[in-house]
Amino acid sequence: MLDGIAAILRRMGARTINSIWRLGLATRFFFLTLMYSGPSFRRFHLVIKEIFSSGVLSLVIILVSGLFVGMVLGLQGYETLQTYGAEESLGVLVSLSLVRELGPVVAALLFASRAGSAITAEIGLMKATEQISALEMMAVDPIARVVAPRFWGAVISMPLLAALFSAMGIFGGYLVGVVLIGVDEGAFWSQMQAAVDFQEDILNGVIKSVVFGGVVTVIALYEGYDAPPTAEGVSRATTRTVVTSSLAVLAWDFVLTSFMFRGV
Amino acid sequence: MSDNLVEVRDLSFAYADRLVLQGVNLAARRGQVVAIMGNSGCGKTTLMRLIGGQLKPTQGQVRVDGESVGELKLRDLYRLRRRMGMLFQFGALFTDMTVYENVAFQLREHTDLPEEMVRDLVLMKLNAVGLRGAQDLMPAELSGGMARRVALARAIALDPMLIMYDEPFAGLDPISLGITGDLIRRLTDTLGLTSLVVTHDVQESLKIVDYVYFISEGVVVAQGTPKEIRASDLSYVHQFVHGEEDGPVPFHYPAPAYAEELGLRHA
Ligand SMILES: Nc1ncnc2c1ncn2[C@@H]1O[C@H](COP(=O)(O)OP(=O)(O)OP(=O)(O)O)[C@@H](O)[C@H]1O
Ligand SMILES: [Mg+2]
Repeated sequence: MLDGIAAILRRMGARTINSIWRLGLATRFFFLTLMYSGPSFRRFHLVIKEIFSSGVLSLVIILVSGLFVGMVLGLQGYETLQTYGAEESLGVLVSLSLVRELGPVVAALLFASRAGSAITAEIGLMKATEQISALEMMAVDPIARVVAPRFWGAVISMPLLAALFSAMGIFGGYLVGVVLIGVDEGAFWSQMQAAVDFQEDILNGVIKSVVFGGVVTVIALYEGYDAPPTAEGVSRATTRTVVTSSLAVLAWDFVLTSFMFRGV
Repeated sequence: MSDNLVEVRDLSFAYADRLVLQGVNLAARRGQVVAIMGNSGCGKTTLMRLIGGQLKPTQGQVRVDGESVGELKLRDLYRLRRRMGMLFQFGALFTDMTVYENVAFQLREHTDLPEEMVRDLVLMKLNAVGLRGAQDLMPAELSGGMARRVALARAIALDPMLIMYDEPFAGLDPISLGITGDLIRRLTDTLGLTSLVVTHDVQESLKIVDYVYFISEGVVVAQGTPKEIRASDLSYVHQFVHGEEDGPVPFHYPAPAYAEELGLRHA
């Protein structure tokens, strides 16, 4: 009995220590990535290639999801606003929820499962097939050549994807609200224009999505780089990337929001 | 300048607490092809990684061109590695690049040569391994033996002073086997480099190498020129050269008695 409890405690302790270790190692990995970022900017075509493979290839899923989220917002928002006779504020509701929250957060979650998992799997496989070792033996630093360009590629594409997500969402809200239900078009757009503040809303949304892009990619890169070089190791790392980075996005969203919208 | 390009002195190495090498001594003269042989799992790949500086010795020293590899700073290690080529056991080609780009990789990373020059060099190296015609293929479209030859072309792209081959003969048909052996010999002689070949293909390597080291249980148990090795009456070498199943090298990994494990005999 006592032995059983001790064993459970010991396992929990070991897990906690292990998590803290990994957090520390991932942080160190992040700083290494920043330190070795020079070549990414001197040879920007490396970053452009990554913007293509993580950003452009995520476009379809981002655009389609954005459209649907916006359409749902239009429906739900209309339902609620109508009770107060405020259906003309539908544009405000849709745009603010998208720009401030849903755009950055949902786009980052989609990005984590579409691009993050791909990054982990790719790096894990590169390690398993000794490509990372080969880079080292060719006197090419893998952090500088493989990791840093992917990091910057994601940090650059994330805000763009979030913006496209929001734009598609607003279009979706417009489709449902104005075209389908018949909210006044002039009021929809003009109220939106008046209510959305550049700094307070747009800029904060951009800051969020930059941070989310960084968080998701660091986790994805670290998991791939740290994966045991086996099929099983890579597949587990991929799963962990999606789970950990989704949770991290939500947690960071809370932290950032509480700083940004304190006065609101 | 010492005659030996590679010198390994009293080298010991352990993964965590598992001692793999325990006091290995060996040397490779400039311009020679030196083979390191030993049964599977005796630490040959580990030894190469130590020479390449990817692992640090637990004890002892590895010197390449006079520099102690384990003590170099990262920057100096990278400088030294530009003059080393390594052929990995499975090629380790970059799977997202064509054969051409793989071979051009180091030229692009380490030099500012104009594109025409890169092209000439790449085609020259590919021609040397007989795969100029495969330049536009992706690594996934190559056979194992071809992939290894491309990896070889990639390894010699910057004309290194030392090439390390990890199992260049494994899994090749007899014809490719002979071709690869000749290739290693020819590249060493024409480019004036030094080659370290890790292998367990005794017959093939004895044909092309200048000197052989046998490693067993973490130490060098025999060494000599191919002629001396063939004539050797050390039982270990004899078993290896003639491929006998019984001898000092056991076929079985240490295990409890077979009958006991099958439950035939009750303890
Ligand atoms: N990363 C590692 N961690 C722990 N032990 C390892 C690691 N890599 C190799 N080993 C162990 O070290 C020993 C030597 O491995 P090594 O890969 O050097 O053998 P090898 O001589 O190259 O074998 P082979 O001829 O089969 O390629 C093996 O017994 C292996 O179990
Ligand atoms: Mg090996």
